[in-house]
Amino acid sequence: MADGLVQARGLYKRFGAIEAVRGIDVDVARGEVFGFLGPNGAGKSSAMRMIACVSPRTGGELQVLGMDPGRDGPRIRARIGVVPQLDNLDAELSVRQNLEIYGRYFGLPRAHVREKARELLAFAQLTERADDPVEPLSGGMKRRLTIARSLVNDPELLLLDEPTTGLDPQARHLLWERLYRLKREGVTQIITTHYMDEAEQLCDRLVVMDHGVIVAEGSPAELIERHATREVLELRFAPEARPEPEVLAPLVERVESLPDRLLLYTADGERAQAEVARAGHRPLSALVRRSSLEDVFLSLTGRTLVD
Amino acid sequence: MSALETPFALRLLPGGSYAGRSRMLLLRSATAARRAWMAFFSGFFEPVFYLVAMGQGLGSMVGPLPGPDGSPISYIAFIAPGLLAASAMNGAVFDSTFNVFFKLKYARLYDAMLATPLGPVDVALGEIGWALLRGGLYALGFLAVMGGSGLLVSPWALLALPAALVVAFAFAAVGMAATSYLRSWQDFDLVTLVIMPMFLFSTTFFPLSVYPRWLQVVVECLPLYHAVELMRGLTTGLVGPGMLVHVAYFAVMIVLGVAVAARRLDVLLLK
Amino acid sequence: MSTSVARAPGFALGVLMVGEHFLTWYRRNWRSTVVSSVLQPLLFLLAFGVGFGALLQGRAGTAETTGGVSYLVWLAPALLAVSAAQSAAFESTYPVLSGFKWQRMYHAMVAGPITPAQVALGHLGWVCLKNLATGAVFVGVIALAGGVASAGVIVALLAAVLTCAAVCALVTTYAATVKNEGTAFSALFRFVILPMTLFSGTFFPVDRLPGWVQPLTWISPLWHGTELARAAALDRWVPLAALGHTAYLLLLVAIGVFGATRLFTRRLAP
Repeated sequence: MADGLVQARGLYKRFGAIEAVRGIDVDVARGEVFGFLGPNGAGKSSAMRMIACVSPRTGGELQVLGMDPGRDGPRIRARIGVVPQLDNLDAELSVRQNLEIYGRYFGLPRAHVREKARELLAFAQLTERADDPVEPLSGGMKRRLTIARSLVNDPELLLLDEPTTGLDPQARHLLWERLYRLKREGVTQIITTHYMDEAEQLCDRLVVMDHGVIVAEGSPAELIERHATREVLELRFAPEARPEPEVLAPLVERVESLPDRLLLYTADGERAQAEVARAGHRPLSALVRRSSLEDVFLSLTGRTLVD
Repeated sequence: MSALETPFALRLLPGGSYAGRSRMLLLRSATAARRAWMAFFSGFFEPVFYLVAMGQGLGSMVGPLPGPDGSPISYIAFIAPGLLAASAMNGAVFDSTFNVFFKLKYARLYDAMLATPLGPVDVALGEIGWALLRGGLYALGFLAVMGGSGLLVSPWALLALPAALVVAFAFAAVGMAATSYLRSWQDFDLVTLVIMPMFLFSTTFFPLSVYPRWLQVVVECLPLYHAVELMRGLTTGLVGPGMLVHVAYFAVMIVLGVAVAARRLDVLLLK
Repeated sequence: MSTSVARAPGFALGVLMVGEHFLTWYRRNWRSTVVSSVLQPLLFLLAFGVGFGALLQGRAGTAETTGGVSYLVWLAPALLAVSAAQSAAFESTYPVLSGFKWQRMYHAMVAGPITPAQVALGHLGWVCLKNLATGAVFVGVIALAGGVASAGVIVALLAAVLTCAAVCALVTTYAATVKNEGTAFSALFRFVILPMTLFSGTFFPVDRLPGWVQPLTWISPLWHGTELARAAALDRWVPLAALGHTAYLLLLVAIGVFGATRLFTRRLAP
């Protein structure tokens, strides 16, 4: 792919005896938002760190912006932006200084950095707090500042590691809106997440990772179509009234048993609910919903994403 | 900017990890120090308090001591160069151990820096540079106090400032290398365990002659002893070729410290 | 419906429980205090008592300064007091701020049946208890180094613990007001604690200082503690003076306890 910003073939990473990434192929095209979806410990962050040129690969091939991270690390890092999993803002500096000083690390001239900081403070909705210390900011504000900071060098590629973990719903939606705005401006983004709603909202294309390998790849809609049914019926039972999954299996396409509920995969949830009732089962509650990436992951691995 | 333009000396260090922009870390530290000026400024007073208290108080009890050439000098003139050397050491060690450890493990500041073109060598040189700049400013302040108290009697004393910078550089480099091996705050006892005896026994407060011979040999191996000797010679004007031994001692500390610190940061940050 | 078997403890028991918490923590982390409260004073004892003391040997005027005993014997009880004051200050700055802010241990304690005042007193009691223990070890070390003149050194140890209580109570009160990352503490250590350790008559009598400095030493708890400890260890009691020093230190403890309990309550249960 000529316009590929990131190209990995058999990318492999080992820490001592632990194989974090066990040979993955990834292609990210200019302008798209690409996601790594998977539970904690799936190898997403390790893959991100290799792409960010701060973690040498153990094996395989990797090209970022057409260069080799092993040789051209500083040159690549000059053109990308990184939002780490945990905020690492500089607590000894003010909000504005965090942006200005960070810009100087990229070798940008003082005047340019000053102007850029003004612009980014507005983008992050932090203009009012510009001269405050960083420490008392709320979690959402810190996250927005971290994202603003990653944009100080006008990156061609933005890497976001778990961008909304630990934020309240309102802060998440505000952040998603900002990321969507960046996408419209043509900034290529790579996102890791273990939230399916986030992946569905933000990603054009994603890979599902588990135990260091890619288990599925496609757009959110494609993945749902390929690995799940259109609808899911969620049933909760009192412990003594809960039927074995095999009993319900003939009624629908597939049944998954979770500790607190049964998931019935079917094209028509309402009809399945009626059939369950007709078979004499009395759930405490029943819910019909659309399939999500969570179901895709469950079907691929037999486990839930967040556990 | 690229690794290709790296000067020869730096090619001994890990490749691809130097962007030649460590002065941006100095800029960062100076900006941070402006916001916490009190902590920065107060560091100057520590050796001055020691000078006043010990010089006046202990001096009144002990009277004159033999100076570098054997002729008697006042007690305050005896300890002043010792305190100058000790303050260069303390400032540099504090910056390169406690502060660096905090930034490395808790603030994750260096992780943020490595997401930019900066590499571990920029970080190491920038932080060591700041530690020695700060040490140098304190030394300048202390020298001014010494001058004002009539304790600088030779034009050689002008060289005490660059000497303090060399001493601070050496301690900062070794301090940073040591910090890269520390695992938790508990391990800082070990730093105290090295620094505190050195401060007390390296002829800062009393001459070598009080020790038995075997202990004298031990003290003569300590880096602070060399720093004190260097300062005492320069501030009293007793300068000889023997001083080059002290300078060589610190040159070795600097080379080893920087090389180990840069390599260790490479391992710690780029994994 | 199940009923909790937990009950709110009485006031003294609550304080003890806070102390027990610290003791549990300490069992895993005792190493660092060995360095700061035993090895550090020992090094000072060797450097000044033995090393500097060697310079004073046979010098006219030394006997007059120390009242006839060796410099080592004269210095030892004062080091006991100085080390008590220093560790009290250290234990009551960053650890207290951490309890409020970083590890938020105090918030966890008052979420149960413990009151903020019990937390404050538990902290004070714990610091003093630990100081008593490390001080006892240090007395043993002094004895081995030949720095003990009489059994009065036991009373000197108690004087050191009283100094520890005064400094701990006052510094804890101050630490309870600190909201930032603790940068204020570096000023406290450099402008209050360090001058206090240097100008309280530990290494030399305060009358060697310029006349205008001497009144400043009278407000220093460490000077009073040092005078008491030295009088006890060298068996040179002046009853009225001893009474005055003790009363002053007790007054400081009272002020500190009052301030700390109030401020802990304001910060933990506003």
